[in-house]
Amino acid sequence: MSFEKRLRGLFALLAAMVLAVGVAACGDDDDDGGEETTGEETALIESNPDNEGVELTIGSKNFDEQFILGEIYAQALEAAGYTVNKELNLGSEVIAKKALEEGEIDAYPEYTSTTLTSLYKVAPEDVPGDATEAYELANAELQADGLVAFPPTPFTSANAVGLLTETADELGVATISDLEGVSEDLTLYGTTECRQRIDCLLGLEENYGLEFKQFRPVDPELRYEVLDNGDADLSILFTTDGQLFVDPETYTILEDDQELLPAGNVIVTATQDIVDEAGEDFSSTIEKVQENLSLEVMQELNARVSLDREDPADVAADYLSASGYTE
Amino acid sequence: MIDLPLAFLGPFGDAFELIFNGVESPLARGEVGGLSEVGEFTLTHIELSAAALSTALLLAVPLAVWLGHRGQGVGFAVPAGNAGRALPELVLIAIMVAFIGTGFLNVGIALMILAIPPILTNTYVGISQVDRTAVEAARGMGMSEAAIALRVELPLAAPTIMAGVRTSAVNVIATATIAPLGSVETLGTFILSPNVYGDTTGPLAGAILVALLAVIVELGLAAVQWAVTPKGLKLQRAAA
Amino acid sequence: MTWFELPLAQLDESFFRDRSDSDCIADNGAFCVQWVVDNFGDRYVTPLLEHLVLVAVSVVLGFLIAFGMSLLSHRRRWLVPPFIGVTGVLYTIPSLAFFFLLLPITGRGTDTAIIALTAYNLQIIYRNIVAGLANVPAEAKDAGRGMGMTDRQLLWRVELPLSVPEIVAGLRIATVSTVAIATLAVFAGGGGLGEQLVGSNLTFKTNVLVVAVLAIGMAIVFDLLLLAAQRRLTRWQRRDAPARRRGLIFRRGEVWSPG
Repeated sequence: MSFEKRLRGLFALLAAMVLAVGVAACGDDDDDGGEETTGEETALIESNPDNEGVELTIGSKNFDEQFILGEIYAQALEAAGYTVNKELNLGSEVIAKKALEEGEIDAYPEYTSTTLTSLYKVAPEDVPGDATEAYELANAELQADGLVAFPPTPFTSANAVGLLTETADELGVATISDLEGVSEDLTLYGTTECRQRIDCLLGLEENYGLEFKQFRPVDPELRYEVLDNGDADLSILFTTDGQLFVDPETYTILEDDQELLPAGNVIVTATQDIVDEAGEDFSSTIEKVQENLSLEVMQELNARVSLDREDPADVAADYLSASGYTE
Repeated sequence: MIDLPLAFLGPFGDAFELIFNGVESPLARGEVGGLSEVGEFTLTHIELSAAALSTALLLAVPLAVWLGHRGQGVGFAVPAGNAGRALPELVLIAIMVAFIGTGFLNVGIALMILAIPPILTNTYVGISQVDRTAVEAARGMGMSEAAIALRVELPLAAPTIMAGVRTSAVNVIATATIAPLGSVETLGTFILSPNVYGDTTGPLAGAILVALLAVIVELGLAAVQWAVTPKGLKLQRAAA
Repeated sequence: MTWFELPLAQLDESFFRDRSDSDCIADNGAFCVQWVVDNFGDRYVTPLLEHLVLVAVSVVLGFLIAFGMSLLSHRRRWLVPPFIGVTGVLYTIPSLAFFFLLLPITGRGTDTAIIALTAYNLQIIYRNIVAGLANVPAEAKDAGRGMGMTDRQLLWRVELPLSVPEIVAGLRIATVSTVAIATLAVFAGGGGLGEQLVGSNLTFKTNVLVVAVLAIGMAIVFDLLLLAAQRRLTRWQRRDAPARRRGLIFRRGEVWSPG
């Protein structure tokens, strides 16, 4: 790195440190109206010896963001003194929920939108836009099944129809509805399950009434490559993708004007039994450790895995220590 | 709809259900499977395999006949066969997807590369091992080199060549199972899409279908090999 | 960059990396040496060792079973075609399919992978042992009998030693094939190098090349080691070896085809 850059970085760090000290000093003034922040509460997770006897199995679904989240929660709970096993890479939400109900795992990170549209068959347009409302609705449904959802993360994630910005300019499209009449000449790439998902091709065909020249299933990890190499005209992307953060000019997300692709916050979903067994630290650790997960932070973490090719476990560990949750 | 009382077969029964009648997808948004979908995937599987195999034949056979006839290139043709064995199919597909792209053409090229070595080696060996006296006799009769290659050596080498074609065909069909990794929907789709087909039923159904296809092709080509074995060689074998 | 204030901790601008400088990994370069050096231990050592174990165990197991089969069929020629047939069917079933056919019976894990890999080896090794025994020159056998050897002594002191080139050739072929097929063991839950080729890693060029080099390299190393072993064990047969080896390949195409 050039000397100038390092110098700039150093200044940024010093500025940040000064501000951090300043904010911490004024930390008693809470204007967020949420959890009470007493002067003594620190970010650091403390290990509670009472938790040692509790064994937790944390699961996750099978894509990068889920691996990161699973690792974050698992490592945080470990820091809190629990004995933690990880069963990441389970599969779709249906498989994950089944694992939860059958006791294979104790908790996993789900999205409010997916819970409602996929697990409980709520129509996409009926998914509440407000994060708290969506959370409460999802929680109510889950509790009927003996499950519990924890309060949501700050960030939301949604499926998105994306394409190269130059293609969007050529076609003159800005919203998904704009694709009407144009989509017959376009090839869409998505996951193999996209054809059966209401928040994917099925919904695009039924709700938007779009027909595509061709739909090709592809591994979700290739969703940007197929745009880059010209195989795909359109690709199903996620709004939390690191690529959108790092390369915002290259890719365009079409606006979901008919509200087919609801945004969902992450809600850790667990069994009522484990919540009862694990005690206070379970919920307080989870809620604490997700507070720093804004959209930009999640995109940065995703970028570290998909672009910098780092291990999700390392990325999660860096996040936890940079936030001060762990040493 | 084919009604089969297969519940007692356990997971195999579920797999047959998936193949014949279709089952509810784990995503619970309708049915997947059923004979028409199986038929589609099988057709793609065969198309991909046939395209790769025929291209491999077109490239490898003339080259190997030419080399074998002249007795040159043994240091190339035989090790090529060994090298082909060392090439993992998953690695080949991965290299294609990572460096070039997905799609029928790209996966087809990868499969063609896989198919060439056994055909090349067996054709070379078959041609160069033809009884020299027969070749000399033909030369003595005034046949041109090309005619000797085509009308004397090739028929006598046919059984060996066919053995190589069989090996290649089975390899290609086996590798076409992982073609979905390159976005080509062959029978491997049942195996590689657990979110859609389940993580036991789907893969089992896919495995059964692929195994069946491989065995049918192997037997079919064995019959072809027997058919192209000149009568003289058949008698020789029977006597041995 | 937006600032965001949170109750207990704060992530500031420095958390976000400067990616404006493109580097090898961000560009998905073909072979990023620094990354390989940094990450080799974490990512490739365990799969490599798993792969070695899978190959070694399957080949040894396959050899033991095939050897037993050939002893059985040595004096009972009628056993040869059915043995060839059964092992042939196992060989024809694509390995990936084999893994999944076994899953409901033997479950996920290394054992299932080893069973499938061993079954795949059987035909190659068995055929080669039988071919080797069949190739023993009649004069050698006559000489042995002339010296008063029993059938058993003949087998162990004359026929098997003379078959070593074919047997080791078969082991070479089996080992190289097994190294390649074991990349699929990940689908059976058996680990191995293929683990690094599923999921996102399929598009990661450097990663794909490292796995390719490791897998093909392993096959080459095994092949050369067995070749050296073959040479050492047959120093006294070197003169005859080339012709017989060619004959073996030819025979495999002609004599040993089922049907």
